[in-house]
Amino acid sequence: MEMDWIMGLIGGMLIGLGGAAYLIGNGRIMGASGIIGGLVDGSGHSTAAERIVFLAGVLGLPILLTPLFGGVDTHITDNMLVLVVAGLFVGVGTRIANGCTSGHGVCGISRLSLRGMVATVFYILAGGLSVVLFRHILGVI
Amino acid sequence: MARLIVALIAGSLFGSGLFLSGMTDTNKVQGWLDVFGNWDPTLAFVMGGAILPMAVAWQFTRMPRKPVTGGSFPAPLDTKLERNLVLGSVLFGIGWGLAGLCPGPAIASLSYAGPGGLVFLAAMLTGMWLAPMLRARLDRVAQPE
Repeated sequence: MEMDWIMGLIGGMLIGLGGAAYLIGNGRIMGASGIIGGLVDGSGHSTAAERIVFLAGVLGLPILLTPLFGGVDTHITDNMLVLVVAGLFVGVGTRIANGCTSGHGVCGISRLSLRGMVATVFYILAGGLSVVLFRHILGVI
Repeated sequence: MARLIVALIAGSLFGSGLFLSGMTDTNKVQGWLDVFGNWDPTLAFVMGGAILPMAVAWQFTRMPRKPVTGGSFPAPLDTKLERNLVLGSVLFGIGWGLAGLCPGPAIASLSYAGPGGLVFLAAMLTGMWLAPMLRARLDRVAQPE
């Protein structure tokens, strides 16, 4: 358990260093939903190349690290209906809120952004209630 | 070219951090959210670890400097709290709890999440594609003419 916390801290620092590199290097906020969403809805057309390269890094490094550390089991549910509903909610929600765990959470809270903190409170509360409802009451996850 | 190199470095750090921290394991994310079950605090360590270097980076942007590759730093803080921020975050949270995935880990775990990872990603991209239309509709409801 404690080893997981240490890995969490180390991994978290790498995430923060990525955000710092993106901010100091390119002057941009490292928000995963914004970077992906800008490609999907065309709003990030002018910066499409750097978005794609960024995502190639996000996808590629786990591929390179898997042989060194062994695969991480995602424990993802095999209930496809749950995954479709969850994916739609995550996609719509992050774009309407203009940010997700990385943009509002990591990048927002670290600059003491009120919007980032409010968003984080609401998605954690909603996430907690979602787990209570779908796991403990309905038993679907 | 320099912007692309920065983006690749940033994405690689982000991807390796998500991988090593265990945040692509849906059990860890749902474990953090599940305060009534076997609560797992790992996500708090990840958040804390990520916020530290970012807080230093934000201090750097307050100095009379420009980003390394040119351009300018993000606009000053927007302090406006509107309905969409709360509504969107609630919708996101529901989906996040349901699957245990948010946008970053959905990409980072793609090579080992199997068909479920692809299904989630396809649905998430569809949601992101639909969002501007839903937002326009929400805005019309907010300001009837």
